[in-house]
Amino acid sequence: MIQARKIIKKFKSGNSELTVLKGVDFDVDDGEFISIIGRSGSGKSTLMYQLSLLDRPTSGTIEIGGKNTDILTDRERTILRLFQLGYVFQDYALIPELNAIENVMIPLLEQGINKIDARKISARVLERVELKEKFNNLPNQLSGGEQQRVSIARAMGHNPKILFADEPTANLDNDTSISILKTFKELHADGQTIIMVTHEPEYVQYTDRVITLFDGNIVKNEKN
Amino acid sequence: MFRKKRHKESLGSAARVGFFLAVRQIKRASIWTNVLVVCVMVLTFLNLVVVSGILVGLIEGATQAVYKHYIGDVFITPLKEKNNIERSAIIMNTIRNIPGVEAVSGRYLGSGTVEADYKKAKKNANDKGNEVSTLFAGIDPVDEDKVTELSKLIIEGEYLNRSDYDQVIVGGMLLKKYLDFDSTTFPALADVNIGDKIRITINGNVREVWVKGITKSKVDEIDRRIFFVDSQFRGLAGRDDYNLGEISIKAKQGFSPSVIKQALLANNFDEYAVIKAGNEAEPKFIQDLRNTFSMLGTAISSIGLVVAAITIFIVIFINAVTRRKFIGILKGIGIRPATIEWAYIFQAFFYAIAGTLIGLVLVFGFLKPYFDANPINFPFSDGILVATASGTIIRIAVLFLATLVAGYIPVKIITRQNTLDAILNR
Repeated sequence: MIQARKIIKKFKSGNSELTVLKGVDFDVDDGEFISIIGRSGSGKSTLMYQLSLLDRPTSGTIEIGGKNTDILTDRERTILRLFQLGYVFQDYALIPELNAIENVMIPLLEQGINKIDARKISARVLERVELKEKFNNLPNQLSGGEQQRVSIARAMGHNPKILFADEPTANLDNDTSISILKTFKELHADGQTIIMVTHEPEYVQYTDRVITLFDGNIVKNEKN
Repeated sequence: MFRKKRHKESLGSAARVGFFLAVRQIKRASIWTNVLVVCVMVLTFLNLVVVSGILVGLIEGATQAVYKHYIGDVFITPLKEKNNIERSAIIMNTIRNIPGVEAVSGRYLGSGTVEADYKKAKKNANDKGNEVSTLFAGIDPVDEDKVTELSKLIIEGEYLNRSDYDQVIVGGMLLKKYLDFDSTTFPALADVNIGDKIRITINGNVREVWVKGITKSKVDEIDRRIFFVDSQFRGLAGRDDYNLGEISIKAKQGFSPSVIKQALLANNFDEYAVIKAGNEAEPKFIQDLRNTFSMLGTAISSIGLVVAAITIFIVIFINAVTRRKFIGILKGIGIRPATIEWAYIFQAFFYAIAGTLIGLVLVFGFLKPYFDANPINFPFSDGILVATASGTIIRIAVLFLATLVAGYIPVKIITRQNTLDAILNR
C-alpha cells in the first residue's frame, strides 16, 4: 500500500538547518493498523505529513498504491488525497460553520457525488460513529469526543484506502480516547488501513504494528 | 477510477461545492459582520450612482427647467439673418392643426429700456439713473401659460390676463431684490415693487406701465424679460405684421416632438424659421456643462469604485487570513483551491448583490422620487437625481467586476500558501 524509501526531511531556520527525518524506510501493507510512537520531536508527525502527502520530503520516494507521489503536481496530490486518503487531526479540524453532517459531506461533494447521495452516505457514517442525534449540531455544540467522531466520519465517509490519524486522542479524556480507539479498531476489522501517530504507549495495543521513532530514525518496527 | 473521471469531467463541481460552502459561511457568520459588509456595499453603490447622479442632475434640472418654462418640446426661431419668423400666422395655424400638439405660444420680441424712479432728477448727464436694458416679450397669457406654466413662476403679484393693459410682469433678475448676486454685468432696478410704475422705451416709444407680477425661476431667459399682453406690445413696438420672435410648442403626453417637427418641415417652414425639436434646441453651453459634469461624476465614481474594490479586498482578505487554518484543512482533505476560491467569490458576490439590491431600493424607491418632488435648490438649477436604467446597469456591472477581482485576489493569495503551514498556523 505504502512504500517509503530514504525519507529525509530538513527544515531551514535562518542560517541553520534541522534534519527531522534522517532516511526513513517504511512499508505499510493493505489492511494494516500501524501506530507510530516516539518522544516529542522524534519526527513522528513529520513522517506522517510526508506519508499523507500534506508535505513533500526533502529527498526520498513515497509510493502509494504503486504510484510514485514525488512526480505528482500539487493538484494531482490534492486529488489523490481526496479519493484515496482520509485524515483525523489532533484538534479535530472541523469547519466551524458546517454542522456535523455537512462536515462529512464536503469531501463527497467535492468528489462529484450529488447532495442527496452525499447526505445519505454521511448520515450512515455518522450513525456508525454513534452520532445519529447530532447531525445538525455545529462543532461548537459538540463535545471533544463527539467532534473527533465527526472528524473520523469525515475521514472515512469517502472510503479512503488509507486513514491517517495524528494523535487523535491527545485532547480527549481516557474513556473517550478508548472509545475512539475502539472505533478505529472496528474500522480496521472491516479492512481499513490505518496509520496512527500517538504519544500514549498504552494505546498501541489496539494496533497491529508499532513503529518507534527516535531522533528522526526508526529504532523499532515490530508486530503486536 | 470512475469517481476520479467524473471529478475531472465535472468542471462545475468546484463552483457547486464553493456555493455550498459560501452559503453556510454567510448564514452562520456573525449577523453584525454581514450587516457591516452589506452597509459598506450599499454606501459604495450609492457613491457610484448618487454622486454622479446629483452632479448630472444639477445640469439636468437646469435643462428640464429650460424645456418646461421656455423652449417647450419644439422651439422655432427666426432664420439667422432675420429678426422675426416670417409667415408666423400661417405657421401658427398649421401648428394648431397638428394632432400631437397640446399647446403653442408665439412671442413677439423687442429690446429696449426700463426705468424706475424716473421722476427723480438726475444728478448729471452721465447719471443713468435707475435704468436697465432688457428684452420685452408680447405674449398671449393663456397660450403662454399652457405651454410654459409661466403663471407658476410668479412669486409676487399676479399673472397677466388677456384684457390687461399697461400692466407687465417683470423678471426677477431685473430687480435688485431678487438678484442673487451683485454684479455690474447684470444691472438691476432698485426699489421696484408690485403696483409701482415703471417707464419702458421700445423703438423710441415711451410708456408708463404698472408692475403686476414678478417672476423668479432658474431660467435666465425668463427672468431677464418683461412680459406684455401681445396686442399692446405690438402697438408699442410699432409692429404692423404678425411675425413672431419665438414659438414654443408643447407636445401631447407620449407624442414625439420630432413628429411635430417633421410635420412642419413637410410644409417647408424651414425656409422661414429654424425648427428644433427636443435637445436640438438645447443651448450648447448646457450640452458642454452636461458632458463636463458627467465626466466629473464618472471620475468621482471611479474613485468610489477603487475604494469599494479595496474595501472588498480587505474584507475578503481579513476573512481569508483569519480562516487560513480552515482553508488549509479543506485543502488537506482534498478540496481543490478552485473550490475554496469559488466559495469566497460567491461570498463577495452575495455582499455585492445585497448591497446593490438595497441600494436600488434606496435610489429608485426613495432618493429619486424624493429629489424629483423636492429638487435641491442650487442658485442656477433645481437639482434632481439622474439615475437612468442603462447607467445604473453599467455601474452595477462595473461594481460586480470590481467585486470579482477584489474577492478573488486575496483568497488566491491564501490558497497558494503551503497546505501544512496553513493547517499548523505557522
